[in-house]
Amino acid sequence: MTLPRTPDPGADAAAQYAARVQRVRDAVALRTPDRVPVFGPYQKYVYTHGGLTMRTAMTDYAAARAACHAFQDRFGPDLDFGPILAYPAKPMETLGYRAFRWPGHGLPDDAMYQYVEGEYMTAAEYDDFINDPSDFMFRTWAPRQFAALDGFAAPAPWRRFMWTGWMGLGALASPEARRSMQAAIQAGEEVDAWFASIGQYTAETNAKGYPLAYAGFDWAPFDILGDTLRGTTSILADMRRRPSKLHDALKVATRIFVEYAAPAASAELPIVWIWVHKATREFMSDAQFREFYWPYFREGLLALVDMGIIPLVYWEADFASRLEAITDVPKGKLIYHLAGTDPEQAREALAGTVCLMGSVPNIQLLAGTPDDVRATCRRLIDTLGRDGGYIMDTAVMLDEAKPENLAAMIEFTKEYGVYR
Amino acid sequence: MRDELVRAISDMEEDEALRLCAAWLAAGGDPSEVLDAAKSALGIVGERYDAREYFLPELIIAGDLMRDIAALVKPHLADADEPRPARGRVVIGTVAGDIHDIGKDIVIFMLEVNGFEVVDLGVDVPAEAFVERVRETRPAVVALSGFLTLAFDQMRLTVQALVDAGLRSGVKVMIGGAIMDDDVRSYVGADAYGSDAQAAVRLATAWIG
Repeated sequence: MTLPRTPDPGADAAAQYAARVQRVRDAVALRTPDRVPVFGPYQKYVYTHGGLTMRTAMTDYAAARAACHAFQDRFGPDLDFGPILAYPAKPMETLGYRAFRWPGHGLPDDAMYQYVEGEYMTAAEYDDFINDPSDFMFRTWAPRQFAALDGFAAPAPWRRFMWTGWMGLGALASPEARRSMQAAIQAGEEVDAWFASIGQYTAETNAKGYPLAYAGFDWAPFDILGDTLRGTTSILADMRRRPSKLHDALKVATRIFVEYAAPAASAELPIVWIWVHKATREFMSDAQFREFYWPYFREGLLALVDMGIIPLVYWEADFASRLEAITDVPKGKLIYHLAGTDPEQAREALAGTVCLMGSVPNIQLLAGTPDDVRATCRRLIDTLGRDGGYIMDTAVMLDEAKPENLAAMIEFTKEYGVYR
Repeated sequence: MRDELVRAISDMEEDEALRLCAAWLAAGGDPSEVLDAAKSALGIVGERYDAREYFLPELIIAGDLMRDIAALVKPHLADADEPRPARGRVVIGTVAGDIHDIGKDIVIFMLEVNGFEVVDLGVDVPAEAFVERVRETRPAVVALSGFLTLAFDQMRLTVQALVDAGLRSGVKVMIGGAIMDDDVRSYVGADAYGSDAQAAVRLATAWIG
């Protein structure tokens, strides 16, 4: 497999675009592609590389796009994210978003934004969520998450809108409700401006011959409840304290999971990224994983696969103890991303079932040398990539690196990862 | 009562444990026996965690139970309960720029269960704050926690700050977090890394005794 660098197929961008899509599709389907695809693994790094603070990237959309283009032009990965992970600061300010801290809002200018957990749904509110999730999210959850949306608590539940229900519309005329609706409209306009920038980048990058790495993002049913509603400690204790309520809520969350990803089905490269948060070996036993986490997640993943979506499951920790359970998925339809799981062990359990991705230690890109990185990539291509079914990527999303190390990862993969 | 209480707590029967405590205290039972039983039960929880029978859910419930039991017992105590001599002091915190606390809190729980005194500096702790508290409390161990990759550089800065303040040689430094390994340890200049809370206890025990 060791060979001199092959030029990208075809000079013209459309052919390169098609070749990159095919390369990834072949890897996912466990066929042998022309070479190992390589992902441009950035989160904050792309902006550091482009000379921007995270704060600027979250406010100056044109600068964020330019930074993503500069990265792509220098490193030339097969796939990348574009500016989607530089969340827009302005609407977050407008809404008074309590569940995040970001640069200029509780964090220094060059920090990555971070999520602030809380118990945004109490134990007593399980039934409200189970019986009418939309009402719960709108009237109870949103006012807790967003300071400016407190007025959404005012109206009666929309499920009572028939017959005389409309006579309750007066609640929307209250000062709080007006204020919240105004804030929502303003934030909506601000979010639209950001999405316009994302759309512009997508069109530009496609025209250069690059597909986007994502068609959607999603969260496992257990994490939908655990991250954003109950909080980690509460949901973990719920497995013992109120298991049947948790099961009922997980059924609802599974429907939301499928609904969330569904629009991605129409994309040319319909990859939906799902970061696994609460399933790590510290957080629950294997028995708890098999009872509460995996069955609902698996059901949702299978539904996505049926729609033609390629779920990319980001197993962001050491998942060695779960390997046996998570093998039970259809062959050639999913990508499993590896961070702390031993690659050899993962290969034994999963090769021939799912396409594997990742595993280059982030510390190596920051503190190692290009030779270290090349040695790691060689080992990964020789083991995980030897029969196809592997996509080169870092272990976790990239915030810090030396550019020469990143270049080594991408260039070496393009040379050594060619299948003969 | 004692055995029943130990069993109820260690088997995660929250309602039963609290009922037993309340009944014992209402009948004029010795409150220090309740505390003693709770400590034994906590030891069992720690052992089961070590043995990978228990995980974070059980530590959370045990922690909640301890709080509830302490609140029940408090009005019945004549003086403050005698402080147990600690095995040694550990200063711990999540480094600057990182606000993750769950991993750190598991480590604190396990260190305390095992008799160490823990000074928790919280999350997003600047290097100077570590230096200040190390100077003030003279711990045997400094534990740096971090979940994000930015922690690589922050941990390194923090260790360097301890060196600059002339405090590094007086302490052992351990690091922990999902993405820590020996390469990170060497980059940071720490003495050891731990991949889980048991590792933190093993390291502290080896260093302090």
